[in-house]
Order: sequence, then C-alpha cells, then structure tokens
Amino acid sequence: MKKLLTLTLAAGLMSTAAWAESVKIGFVTTLTTGAAIIGTDMQNAANLAVEHLGGKAGNLDLEVIFADDGFAPETGKQATDKLVKQDDVDFVTGYIWSHVLLASRKSALDAGKFLISANAGPSQIAGKLCDENFFSTSWQNDQTPMAMGEVLNRQGVKSLYVMAPNYAAGKDMVAGVERTFKGEIVGRDLTKWGADAQLDFSAELAKAKASGADGIFVFYPGAAGGAFIKQYDQAGLKDTLPLYSVFTVDGLSLPKLQAANFQAVLGSRTTQEWDPSLDNAANKRFVADFKAKHGTYPSFYAAQSYDAIMLIASAVAKVGNTEDKDALRAALKAAEFESVRGDFKFGTNNMPVQNFYLREVVADADGTWTTKVVETVFEDHIDSYAAECKM
Amino acid sequence: MDLSLLIIQALNGVQLGLLLFLVASGLTLVFGILDFVNLAHGSLYMLGAFICASLTFLFGNFLWAVLVALPLTGGIGYLVERFVARPLYARNHLDHVLGTFGLILVLDTLAHLIWGPAGIAVPLPHWLDGQIALTETLVIPSFRLLIIGAGLTAAAGLFWLVNYTRLGMLIRAGASNRTMVAALGIDIQTLFALVFALGAMLAGLAGMLIAPITEASIGMGNSIIITAFVVIIVGGIGSMKGAFIAAILIGLIDTMGRSFLDDIFKLAMSPEAAETSAPAVSAMLIYIIMALVLALRPQGLFPPRTR
Repeated sequence: MKKLLTLTLAAGLMSTAAWAESVKIGFVTTLTTGAAIIGTDMQNAANLAVEHLGGKAGNLDLEVIFADDGFAPETGKQATDKLVKQDDVDFVTGYIWSHVLLASRKSALDAGKFLISANAGPSQIAGKLCDENFFSTSWQNDQTPMAMGEVLNRQGVKSLYVMAPNYAAGKDMVAGVERTFKGEIVGRDLTKWGADAQLDFSAELAKAKASGADGIFVFYPGAAGGAFIKQYDQAGLKDTLPLYSVFTVDGLSLPKLQAANFQAVLGSRTTQEWDPSLDNAANKRFVADFKAKHGTYPSFYAAQSYDAIMLIASAVAKVGNTEDKDALRAALKAAEFESVRGDFKFGTNNMPVQNFYLREVVADADGTWTTKVVETVFEDHIDSYAAECKM
Repeated sequence: MDLSLLIIQALNGVQLGLLLFLVASGLTLVFGILDFVNLAHGSLYMLGAFICASLTFLFGNFLWAVLVALPLTGGIGYLVERFVARPLYARNHLDHVLGTFGLILVLDTLAHLIWGPAGIAVPLPHWLDGQIALTETLVIPSFRLLIIGAGLTAAAGLFWLVNYTRLGMLIRAGASNRTMVAALGIDIQTLFALVFALGAMLAGLAGMLIAPITEASIGMGNSIIITAFVVIIVGGIGSMKGAFIAAILIGLIDTMGRSFLDDIFKLAMSPEAAETSAPAVSAMLIYIIMALVLALRPQGLFPPRTR
C-alpha cells in the first residue's frame, strides 16, 4: 500500500514538473505616442532583469510578453485582455498610468491572475479596491508628494502654487502634497492630459508668478516635464518662484535637459523612493549594467520594473510552479528578493512599506546629469489608504 | 486679477493664435484652392520641428537651422503633393481623408524610425533664453516675443503675397473658381504644387517655433491639426483674412479660458467644483464656438467671395 502511494505521489510530482515548464509575464506599458520613452525604459529594465536571471525563474523558463497601452485606458484594457485570454500569462505587470491601471485591473484580477503594478499607484487600489492578488513594486501616488510636502515644511515655505495634469495620478499628487504641507495653497491648476496633452504652460506660469507664492509644486511625468522645465527657465522664475517637483525630473528628462543645457534644473530637488546612488549590491549591479548597455542612467520606472520581474521570479522559483496560487501569493507577499531599494517589504494592502529620499540634481564624475540622495525624508512609510483596505 | 496679468495672458493668447494661424493658413489654402482635405498637415508641422531640431544640433545655431529647414519642409510638401495628393484630386473628400490619414501613420512611424521614440529638446542661443521687460511688471520670455514677431511677419508676407502679386491673384482666383482658372490656360498643376509647398513651409515654421518651448515629438501635429480645422471652419475656408482673425480669436479664447475661467467659476460655485470643471470647460470652449458658427453662419466669418 505504502509503495503504491509513494509511486503515485512520485508520478504526480513528475507530471506537474513536466507540465509547467515556463512562466509567462505580461507587461503592459506605453510603447507608442510621445510617452514611449518611459515604456522603452521599462522594457529595457525588464529585459535586463531577465538577462540577470539567466532567462529562468528557478527551474522554469521566463518569458516576458510586452503590450502597448497607447497612453489610453481603453487600449490598456484591451492589451490586458489579450495578455490574459489569448497569451494566458501567469502574471500581469507594468502599468505606467493610474487611469490605465484602474481600467485594466478587473480584466487581470477577475481571471485570477496576479497583478503587479510597476509604477501606477492610484489611491483606490491601495484602499477600497485592494485585492489579495494585487501587489505593487512602486508606491502609492500620494506618498512621494507627501514626502515633498514634508520637505517644504522643513525648508520654511509658507505658500505654494500647485500644477499637475488633470487625471487620476495628478489629483493624487495634489492631494498628497496638501496632506503634509502646512502652509497655504494659493493656486491650483490641473492641465489637460492624455496623448495630446497640453504642453504650453504660458498661461499657468503667468498666473503662478502673479500669485506671489513662495514656491511652485509640479507633477509632470514624461515629455511634459521637459517642456515645463524649459518654459519655467525661459520665464526666468528660478529665483522668484523656486521649483519643487515630483516625477518630473528623472533619468529620462535629464539627458534631454542636459543636451539643451537647461542649467536651471541643476540643484533642484525632488523626492522619490529610489535613487541611482543608493548603496546596495543589487542597485549597483542594476545601474552599472543598465548604463553600460543603454548609455544613460535608469529612471525610477526602470528600477521598479526591474524589481517587479525580480519579485515575480523569486516567488516562482520558491514555489517551483505556476499552478499553486496560494503558495505563489504567500511567496509574493513575503517578497524575499534583492530589491534595488535595499530592504523590501509589503504592507497590509500589498503596497510597499519603504523609505522616501530627498534627491538633488547634480553632475556625476563624468559630467552626466543625475541625482543623488540628500537626506531620508520618511522611513518605512505606510501609505494613507492602508486603513481603507479590508484585507 | 491685475492689468499686467491680463496683458501677459493676452500676449500669450496672441502668440498661440499666431502659431495657429501659421498652421491654419496652409490648411485653408490647400482646402480652399485645391479642395483637398489634408489631415497630414499636422505631420508636416511635426517634420518641420524634427528637421529643425536635427539641424540645430548639426549647425549649433537655431536660426540657421530654421532658415535651412524651411525650404526642406517645402520640398517635403511638394513630394506629398506630387505622390499623395495629385492622384486623389479627382476623388471625393472621404478618399482624401483616408489617404492623408494613412500618410499621418506613415510619417509618424517614419519619424519614430529616424529620430527614435523620445522627443528632441531644441537648445536656443543664449540671447533667446532670457526675458524682456516691457515695463516694470510686464516681463515676457524673449522667445515668445520672437514667435509673435515671426507670426506677424509671416502674416504680413502672406497678405502681400495674396493681394499684391500675380501668384496671389491666381491663388485668390483659384479659391473663387478653380475650373475657370484652369479654363483660362493657367498651369494649374504648378500652382497647386506651389500652394501645397507654401502651406507645408508655413506649418513647418510653426513646428520649428514651438519646438524650443515644448519639444519636437512624434504625434505633436495630431492635436494642433484639429484646432487648425476649427480655425478654418470659424474663419471661412479659403480665406486668409478669416484664418488670421479666427486664429487670433481662438488663441485668445483658449488662453483666457485657461487663465481666468476658474476664477470666474469660483464666483458661482465652490472652489473644488470650479477647479475640476474649469479645465474641462476651457478645453471645450473652442468647439462650442465652432458649433455656434456652424449653426449661425455656416460659411464662416469671412468666407472668400464665390460665384
């Protein structure tokens, strides 16, 4: 009897091992439109992660399938549907934009797939819409501006003019800075966003200047960031209206700003959960190999995408297959992988509990413009929506 | 709300209007005289910006780059006319739309292949990067003044061309009655090619002027082409005067809307409601104007005289 049982068990194990030979990861990002620069950075980082893993997660082959969301929620949802239904991926990750993630989450979660956001962090998905199969390797949108609000308080800024694009994440950023900033918000401008976003901020900058604020806070990811900084510089506001930004000055906009020699950005400050100069082994390897391969510093989008692939691979390697969803969920939650951020852990709502740093734009030893950490603003910060999550 | 802010916003509105005029003038010429719906006009705007950006890095000087890029963009316009537009003249407008929409996709992907997915930031010479103080409180970036100057110069040049030269006379005649012009023995092929190239140059110039402020990026023409169509519908198709006045009007309305609408709304509703509705309404304003014009005066505000 015992022999029969052992034989059946062995046969069962062998068959599952022979079945699940590869793990497929769907990666939804923006590969067309003006924002394609972000998507390409994330794609490069994901491919670098696969290369560092040797193309394998444990014993399974690792395959990443990229899909384009065209910077529009409806296209992102269609891309997610295709990955989930046609390609039958095991994990869905990527997602730059909060409105695309919010539109696509049902497609992935209802099909029982694991959804890992490598960038977007809308408040809804950290709070009321939290899900046991959703994880984030980025942050919740409000956290980075909350850190900036704290920095503004420490620097004695009393009044602030706020500008952000008019979509889910823009509103989260504004809400975030207003949560911690103790001074007065003298004006708020939400500008048109999307594939044909408003890129000429002349009217808004004139209003900001006339408001007499101590500083201006902006959130303009991607191409709009470069445009804003250029116009801010051309309006000569550097001394009268100091610039505090989140997600605007990064590894993607800095090379362009350097090529056009916009010196106004040197010395400006931003807050973020990661910096190319963070001192840990995983980050050193990631930044060095990325720079060697692509010639530029990776952006935070790239760092988060790299972490997402590493997280998924670590979970799959630990469990050994893609079938056991409960074990995979537990392995993902345990997050036992070498993050480029150093120590990595998830909170109750599957959002990371992490540090936020104040970073300054400087020129490195080779003269390339990049950022370095000035100080730690928050340690082990938990987002404000964790309490709303009923998990 | 003080006077200097109002004047600055008015100047911003005029600047936007002049850029729109540069794009719309070419569009209205092509639509009015050639009766050709050219959706790819925005792509010519984009190509002008990219060519100028590349040449700026090649020559190290923005102004030289503009001077060289202008005839290059005109040449591309000629090629588009020769190979895409000419075979389609005899067909109906829907075929024009399909053909030029396809051309947009081709040119966007071509730009992606040549210049990559990222946009190109155009560096300006130092003297264009500063500000000019018109009075003590009125400070405007020098480059925006340059745009206003270039736009007005182009408008004046077009006005002279259309009203005081033989070519301009042929253009006006063609806008009024194309068949009669051909029947009178004018070489309509060359006229059309010249008009198309001129329109392309104007659109390219607009792209070159906006690129140092925002950046040269793929798909940048797709949003301005819609606004340009609104301008020519409001102004009257085929009319330069109409395009000029409508462009300035729409530029001013759009800029003033973005600047002051939330303050106006705050008088009638709560600050949060005002701040969320104002951007949406100000984006809609120009289309509301277009709808009004179409309802009340469908031929536009200043249509060319036709018999």
